[in-house]
Amino acid sequence: MKYHIGNYFIEIEDQWRHLKHHKSIKMKPKIAAQSGTFESSDVIFLIEPLPDNSGRKLEISSTVMQQFGTSFNRIVVEMLDYYELTDIHLIAKDKGALEPTIKARLETAIKRSLDQQEGTLK
Amino acid sequence: MLYIPGNNPAMIQQGGIYGADSILLDLEDAVALNQKDAARTLVRNMMKVINFYDTEVCVRVNHLSTPFGLADLEEIVPLQPSAIRYPKTESSEEVAELLKIIEKIEDRHGLPHNKMTLHAMIETAMGVQNVFSIASKFSRVDAITIGGQDLTADMNIIYTPDGVGIDFARKRIIMAAKASHIDVIDTVFPDVNDEDGLRKETEYAKKIGFTGKAVINPRQIDIIHEVFTPTEEEIRKAYHIVKEFKTNSAAGIGVFAIDGKMIDAPVVARAEYILKLANVTVG
Repeated sequence: MKYHIGNYFIEIEDQWRHLKHHKSIKMKPKIAAQSGTFESSDVIFLIEPLPDNSGRKLEISSTVMQQFGTSFNRIVVEMLDYYELTDIHLIAKDKGALEPTIKARLETAIKRSLDQQEGTLK
Repeated sequence: MLYIPGNNPAMIQQGGIYGADSILLDLEDAVALNQKDAARTLVRNMMKVINFYDTEVCVRVNHLSTPFGLADLEEIVPLQPSAIRYPKTESSEEVAELLKIIEKIEDRHGLPHNKMTLHAMIETAMGVQNVFSIASKFSRVDAITIGGQDLTADMNIIYTPDGVGIDFARKRIIMAAKASHIDVIDTVFPDVNDEDGLRKETEYAKKIGFTGKAVINPRQIDIIHEVFTPTEEEIRKAYHIVKEFKTNSAAGIGVFAIDGKMIDAPVVARAEYILKLANVTVG
């Protein structure tokens, strides 16, 4: 029983350390990064870190801005909020990407800018 | 089985409408080394949302010896595609190691071990040598495939349209699959503009025992289907054989003749297989 309790505490400790580590790295983009392509149904994102307290500078353009601009902006802002990215310059050029593509490309750009490119070659 | 590059959103989102029996979202050779992260994230997101209708979805992950393989499995296994296709499989030990990792991931997500299957790709001379143990030892391996381009590269030969260099490998792989009662899928025909060549190679693949063929372009799907789908004449003949067999069996007759040709158990089994392919039942 004691053994199990011991393991339990170790697990909690590890989990906390992981979360803390995760949170500390996702706050601050380190490098300028990009993802996606200019192909149809795709979107290209460019992200670069800005000095502290600069805020977000978003430049979004899309071939379907009239129809889907609002939801595109919402997706971008929601993801930046999720990753707690505040001081960044983001450029998006969309060629009609669907929501899963927008999210995938932005996630990739964010992780690259955080220097978190696990499982790839830079 | 249609290969779709894992980093191409336009093709992935249309994957279910090309008419292929299955699509293979490729994280391996179709993705540049510096885009592996992007493709993995894209495929994961697409699989969660896109409706592929009744098209089976398989994902080709990178080999575990690369820096990408484990990360691929961590993202894809929780989504439980119909199958994971594992490239350059060389031994049953390798498959055992892969399955151990897959099952660990499944355990972590509370997923069963019997839903998603594994397709082992045989693309090296060593893989060809060990193909029977790869095909027969694991219940989760339900298909093996041959990768012609990589195999010719491994053998230091040039891939030729007549496929003579990989003919032994093709037949050895087929025999291993047949002995293990699993599917066996032929390699791609790389020249998308040569429709006659594709038809000829597909007819050969069918003749020697392949159960399907991979394609790299939707334009190739119809030809493959035409070749592998039984003709109306074949279906009529098979229907006649099975119907006569049922009538004769009921009368206690095991071997009989149709148009002067002996019909016995192997002929009936072949006829039943044709009807199964054509989705026809004999009342």
